[in-house]
This record gives sequence, structure tokens and C-alpha cells, in this order.
Amino acid sequence: MRGARVAPVALATFATARAALAVAVALVLFFVLAGCTGGTGEPEGSASPMRVRLMTGKQYSATLAYIFGDDVSDAVPAPLPPLARTGGLLASGAASIGVTSDQIQQIQQAAAAVAARVVDEEHRDFLIPCKPADEKAADAPCAKMFLQQTGRLWYRRPVDDARLAKLVKHAGEAADELKDFYAGLAVALEGMLVSPDALFIMDVAEPDPDHPGHRRLDAYSLAARLSFFLWNAAPDDALLKAAESGELLTRKGRERAVDAMLASARVEDGVRAFFDDMMGFNDFDSLAKDPKAYPTVTGATLADAREQTLRTVIDHLITKREDYRDLFTTRATFMSMNLAAIYGVPTVNGWVPYEFPEDSPRAGLLTQVSFLSAHAHPARSSVTRRGKALRELFLCQVVPSPPPNVDFSKLDDPDPSLKTARERLKVHATNASCAGCHKIMDPMGFALEHFDGAGQFRDTENGAVLDTSGSLDGNAFKDINGLNQALHDHPSLPSCLVNRVYSYGTGGPLSVSGDKAILAHFTERFAKAGYKLPDLLRDIALSNAFSEVREGKSGRPTQVAQNSN
Amino acid sequence: MSKLMNRRRVLRGMLNGCAITVGLPFLNCFLNENGTVLASTGASIPFRFGTWSWGLGMSEAVFVPKKTGPNFDLPPEIAPLKDIQQHINLFTNYKVFKDAAPNLCHHTGWVILRSGVAPLTAANRPGETIDVTIAKKIGSATRFRNLCANATGDVRDSFSYENGNSVNTPEWSPIRFYQRLFGTDFQNPNAPEFKPDPRVMVRKSVLSGVMDETKSLTKDLGAEDKARLDQYFTGLRDLERRFDLQLTKPEPIAACHPPAKPPEDLPSGLDADLVSKRHRMMTDLMLMAVACDQARVFNMFYAAAFSATTKPGYDKPHHTATHEEAVVETQHCQPNVSWYTRRAMEEWAYYVQALSKIKEGDGTMLDNVLVYASTDQSFAKTHAIEGIPMFTAGRAQGRIKTGLHIDGAGTPGTRLGYTSMKLMGLDVPSWGDQSNHTSKEIGEILA
Repeated sequence: MRGARVAPVALATFATARAALAVAVALVLFFVLAGCTGGTGEPEGSASPMRVRLMTGKQYSATLAYIFGDDVSDAVPAPLPPLARTGGLLASGAASIGVTSDQIQQIQQAAAAVAARVVDEEHRDFLIPCKPADEKAADAPCAKMFLQQTGRLWYRRPVDDARLAKLVKHAGEAADELKDFYAGLAVALEGMLVSPDALFIMDVAEPDPDHPGHRRLDAYSLAARLSFFLWNAAPDDALLKAAESGELLTRKGRERAVDAMLASARVEDGVRAFFDDMMGFNDFDSLAKDPKAYPTVTGATLADAREQTLRTVIDHLITKREDYRDLFTTRATFMSMNLAAIYGVPTVNGWVPYEFPEDSPRAGLLTQVSFLSAHAHPARSSVTRRGKALRELFLCQVVPSPPPNVDFSKLDDPDPSLKTARERLKVHATNASCAGCHKIMDPMGFALEHFDGAGQFRDTENGAVLDTSGSLDGNAFKDINGLNQALHDHPSLPSCLVNRVYSYGTGGPLSVSGDKAILAHFTERFAKAGYKLPDLLRDIALSNAFSEVREGKSGRPTQVAQNSN
Repeated sequence: MSKLMNRRRVLRGMLNGCAITVGLPFLNCFLNENGTVLASTGASIPFRFGTWSWGLGMSEAVFVPKKTGPNFDLPPEIAPLKDIQQHINLFTNYKVFKDAAPNLCHHTGWVILRSGVAPLTAANRPGETIDVTIAKKIGSATRFRNLCANATGDVRDSFSYENGNSVNTPEWSPIRFYQRLFGTDFQNPNAPEFKPDPRVMVRKSVLSGVMDETKSLTKDLGAEDKARLDQYFTGLRDLERRFDLQLTKPEPIAACHPPAKPPEDLPSGLDADLVSKRHRMMTDLMLMAVACDQARVFNMFYAAAFSATTKPGYDKPHHTATHEEAVVETQHCQPNVSWYTRRAMEEWAYYVQALSKIKEGDGTMLDNVLVYASTDQSFAKTHAIEGIPMFTAGRAQGRIKTGLHIDGAGTPGTRLGYTSMKLMGLDVPSWGDQSNHTSKEIGEILA
């Protein structure tokens, strides 16, 4: 029980043994009633699965950037495979993906490219903390210093003596063979960079002395889980030091570490990565619009659309610490020159804060070009895609696939009197096999019909006035502002975010039964705290569920105690 | 060729003097009389396996020839195949069987044809695909075991899987593909000098240490995670073999003419003209890598199962059009969908012609390959998988006849995959699951 560790300090302030006893009893009762979680009311026995996750491409690059700098990281594309979206997140696919032989070859090629840059004349003086006595020969002390420092950051824990000795030996043999200290060092570094011990984020558990019979992540695994969660990168030096000293395993030490991480600018990287994943922005990697239909929309425009939304998210949730739900009604955003043409607003060069006026139809994420263009066709809008995306991305609902033999031809009715999507899509409502699903998608999509397939505003479609009324789970609305408010007030909006954040933080898909209680707990606290994301991140990062472990889906035993040090 | 002229004798001992360079021009005397066999070593031109895929099937009335056998007619959707007709076989009226599994739109068809097994869910990826199975047999002698590339520019588009959780990541950018194939690690077999990279030997030593680590990591894992680490270990072993290859002077290859400079970069997007351009650039790079014996298994992916290729001026991408465009009875098809299919067939024709333009020995690369081409549906509008069409290209070093249209009479489509594996020398008694199980080759094409 973590709380017990503070008890001796508290007891010392009382003069009499009787008083001390009374306080001790009270503290014990308090923690028992509170589920031993420091008073958060976390459900008893909360725990998350132990996992073996493959580092994502972004995590690989961000970790290299921390260790060696952006120029080294940027020069080498991350050699990791694309992930299968699992439980709404690509990151969760990392808990089950395998690495093919072909991929390992790419990982080795990337490792060689990184190592070559690290030791080249441009970088070696900055990245290698010593100089060899002779550049044409092995130098074990200098190699050891570099490999020990770098290895600690790359492996996310100190390099044990046996492994370090082997690395130094490899560097030395290679240096002698190649008659080049730096070339030898590069070869040893390549070996580290292809090591599955680093590329796979492997949880290691140990008995939890505060919860007899329970197991917890060891300090280094906890540091890694925290760091990939909040920063989308491996732990930095300070976090590893907290793990090494054992401080991270104390309640106060963990609070200090988490608060420091949340106060760091790097939390923006973590939150960006999360929302980029949750909102399916990887689609932008290959998204394009028909240049005949939308001549002003280029690849740069779409890249800016993605960036605009991420900037909005960071500013709203992290910088201003605003209510998450207000992301769907806020008029505050950022503008770039590329986007100004689409939005039809004046701007200046570079990214600048921008606020849509009160009479503008633009408010909230749904009306940003990113959402509108990603969930539309290359040359036209899509009521159905937008409605489906709203439900799946922000409400965590699953819309079934259409039946295999459905005939959509009526949607292409050449009748020129059918000018709007609402008229053409009437077939959805009149065809029983379509109606079941489309009635949960189309009514929200209609509200966005003032925006074409590129996200540009339009008054009419084919000259016809647009009817943008609709409903969302019983909440009727007349226009986009009504939809925004209905989504803002939807009870699944915050709970969906909680589900995704918890899944992202603990590194894999949720368990319907195993995580139900803890998700309800976090959702309740998220609401009480005013739907502030930093508070949710902190709550999850400090929870027992985050650090206590249970057997994973793969059947990984929890009786894993050894440390690979 | 006398022993004194044996290239391996010349090279013997080189590895201990890694920095030494040896001038070894490609000489005609290294070839036998008809040019198909390297006389110095007796090594024949390798036999390779490729796959090609397109999305969203066909419209039967304007795709399937009336005539079977040789000199079959070319309905409008396959009219672009006129110039390659003698190099290919067309297979129609074969079935894929979902059995008790659901018909998963745009998924069931290709998964069965590539893996022999009907998927149970849309998230259910295939097990090992046939290219991977064949690469295990013939992919060990080259720098790359199995090349994958696509024309969509999307890293997610691949039909090559080691297992359900492990996709072979495709190359999607011409520049990246060029760098990987012909960048600094490429050893031109016709280079006048051979410089074994001295770092390779020391890399091998380090790699063995990583393999030891990998083994030790697996002992406390559950079954699924252990399998993932075992897979990683296998990959490292494979990498070690590739290092060995880098230490061996490659035999000269007359057909190998690597591009002198990287290709231009292309924007992202799925406009049909852009996809076509990307497909041709990727095809040229891939086939030249095969000609240079960098890989003997190669996969080209023209369009996804949910193909989102667009037609300039038409508001529906390919997939959307298959479902929303009405059939025009007088034309026996959906005209715009048919336009997309014809574009796909034009690219298939380009691909086969590209194979025919690479001279090997006294023939072309087509003589020395078997290419298997498949799609995801037959009639995509209704997600039909009955009668799903397939092709082969190449003469498989004389093992098959070409220029034929074969009517499968409703027999399993997996027969072509099975036939391919047998032709590639795999000792497999049968292939496929449940109704897709077959042990019957397509005898009509066997020479």
C-alpha cells in the first residue's frame, strides 16, 4: 500500500502514542476505503496487462532525436512497419504486430545510416563524450563511455556489465579490423539499434511490496510506460534517474516525475501523437483531392489542415487547459496562408492564431478542413463518411459495414431534380437494408453539408438551398452549431476520450470486462475536474491501474521478476 | 572455361584483404553459347516468382472472352492486353469459397487467393501468403528475400504477409525504392571492381551477439509474444545470410543496367494518371532489381481492394463508383467502373511488356518468371466473389504454355496458387482450407 509509506512521517507529528495509534488506524481505514489508491477511489485490484509493444515509427524517431538530435533522426526514415488500427488506435496495434525478415533488413539499414551519422566528423564531437587516444585503433575506455551513456537511453535502463563488455568488445574488434575507432564504434551502435530489447517495449514486473500478492511494473518499465504515454518517446535522463534511485516507485516520487513530464514542452509531442492517432490522421499521408474539382487544394494545403487541428488541440487542451468538450464548439484556431484560401479569410505568412467570428459557420473540430476533407470523397462531400467518422472517432461507436449485396445504384440517380445529397440519399431511409445503419450516420453528416469535399463553405449545392437539420441520438438540431452542441453534450464524448487515452497509455486494446470499472472511475473524475486533459493524463499516470499488472492477452505470465540489467 | 579463369578462384582469399579491389570486367567468355547459362559457374538464369494485383475485379460481360484456349477474343475491358496476349494466361470462372465465414467486402476474395484460407473478420489478415511461402524456397540467394512495392503511394497497401500480424511493408515512393535497391548498399554485378565492404564481417559478429540477446528475451514470454520474438530471431538469421551474400562477388549479369540516377519525386494522390506514372516507375525499378538478381520474389500492387483511384472530372473514386454507378444495359457494364478496369489492364500490359523488354540470355525475362495476378472481387458492385478472374504471365522457364484463356468450371481459384507453388519447385501435396483446399493443378497450362 503506497499510502503507508507516508504514515511514519505523519505519525511523528503527534505527541502521544494513543494519538498516533488513532491516526494510524484512521489512515489505514482511509486507504482501505479508498481502495489503497491515495484517496482517488480507484477500484480495488485495478491493473493493466503486461505487454510487448513494438516501438512505433514516431517513437523510434523521437527517441533518436532525444539521444542524437533532430538532424540525425530526420535524416533516416523510421524503418518500422505500418500498424493495424486496433480498438480505435494504431498504437494498440503495436502490441500484436510482428516484424518480418524484410523489415529487419530495413531496420539494419536504418541503424547503419544512423550510426554513420553519429560518428561522422560533423557529429562526433557533440555526440561522443570522449576522444580516442588514437583514431585508428580501438579505445575501450572511450567506447565504454559512449556505449554506456547511449545504451542507457536507448535500452531505457542501465546497460548491465555483461552486455556492456560485449558491446565494447565488438567496438574494439571492429575498430582494429577497420583501423578506425569511429567506424568500430558505429558497428557496435548498429547492434544496439537492431536489438529487439530496445525496439520492443517489453514490460517487466516484480512483486509489489505495498500490495502483497500483486505485481507491478518495475521502475524502468514504469518509466518507459510513462514516457511513451506522455511524450511518445523513451524516458529522458531525469526519468531514468528517478527509476534508478527507486524514487519513481514511491507515491511522491512518481507524482514529482509525472508533474515534471506534464510541465515539460515535450508533453505537446505526446498529446499530438495521441490525437493524430485517435483522429486517424495517418490518412493524410496519402490523402489527395481531385485537382479539377478543388484546384486550390494541394498536398501542402492538406498537410496544413492536419497541422491546424493539432495546433488547435494543443492550444486548447494543454496551453489553455480548457474543457475537452469545448474543442467541438471553439472558434479559436490557427491559420496559415495555404488554409486561408480554403477558409476564405485574410491572413499573413506563417502560423498565426485566428478566431472565427460569431456569425461564421466555423466552430469546433468538425468544421475544420481536416475533418471535412479526410471524411469526404476526392471530388465531393460525403454525408455518410462524416457521420460515420464522428461516431467512430469521437464517440467510440462502431458502425457496421454495409451488407455485401446491397445495391447503391439509386444514389447515382441521374434525375436532375435531385440536387442535394439529402435528396439523393433518401434511398437510405426508404431501403430497409440501408436504413438501419444510415440513420445513425446521415443525420449528422447533413449538418456538415455546407462544406464541400475539400472543406470549403458553400451556400447551396447545385443551386439548391441546403437543409442542414438533423439529430444526434435524440438531440435534434437545425444546423452545424446545433450538431456541435449536441456532440459537446453527448455523454459518450468524454468517456470515449478516456477509453482511448487509457488504452493508449497502457499500450494496447481495452478489455470489455477487465477495464470497465477503471474506465468508469476515470470518466467520473474527468467530469468532476471539468474535462481537463492534463488532469486526466495525470490521473491515469498516477493510478494503480497504470502500474499494477495482470496477465496480458498473449498469456504472458505475470511471474516475471528478473531485471535484464 | 579453364580453371585458371574461374571467377571464384580469382576472388579466393579476398575477404582477408577487404580493402583490396579487383578488376573483373564482364566478359562474353563467361557465358555459354546460347547465353542462358553462366559458363564459368554453370549457374543458370534464375527462375523467379512475381505477383501483381489490381482492385475491384471486372464486369463479366465486357471482360471474359467468349472463346477459351489460344487466340481468345479480347472484350473491351481487356482490349489493352492485345500486345501481351501471347505472354499471359487468363483464368475465369474459378470460385473462392467463404464456407461458414461471412463474405467480407473486398477482403474475402484476395485473402483466399493469396493465403488459401477464408478470413473470419475484416481485421483477420491472411496467414502466410504464397509469395512468402515461395520466397522461403527461392529467396535465400539474393540480397532481398521478397520485394513489395505499390502504385498507390500508401504504406498500408500490401498483399504480402508472413503471418496474420506481420505484413511485408511495401515500398511506396519511387525515390525511397531507388535508394533501397540501388543506393549505397547495391553491389553492381557488372562493376569492374569488387570491393567487399569490410564492415560486413564485423557486422556479422555484432549480429550474433544480438541473436544471443534475442534468445534470452523469449524465456519469460507468453506464447504469442514468444512467437513474435522467435520471428525476430529468424529475421536476424536471415539478415546474417544476406551479409554473407554481400561478401561474395556477384556473377556478372548482362541484363543488369541499374538506373544512373534517382527518379523524380511524386506527390501523393490517386488520380489515375498519377497512379499510372507511379506504377510504371515502381515497376521499372523493381524489375531492374530482379534483373540484377537482387530479389527472386517480387510483388507489385497496382490498386487496393477498396481502390480509391480517381478519374479526372468524375466525382466518384473507383470503389465508390462500383457501388453507386448504375449498369448501362446497352453497354453491359458500368461505364466509369469499366474505365477504371481498363486503366488497370493497361498497367498490367505495361508490367508484362516491361518484363518482355529485359533481355536475358537469348530470350527475355518473361521466359524466366512466373507472375501471378489476382484481384479481390469478380463483380464489385455486389461484392461477388464467384468467377473471380486471375492471370499469369511468363513462361516459367518452359514449364507452362501461354496465350490461353482457361475456364475453371467453378473449381477452386486456389488451384492457380497451388499450381504456382508446384511450378516454383515447392513440395506441397495440397493447399488451401476447407472448400478452398486443392491438390489439383491447372493442367491446361502445363507444358
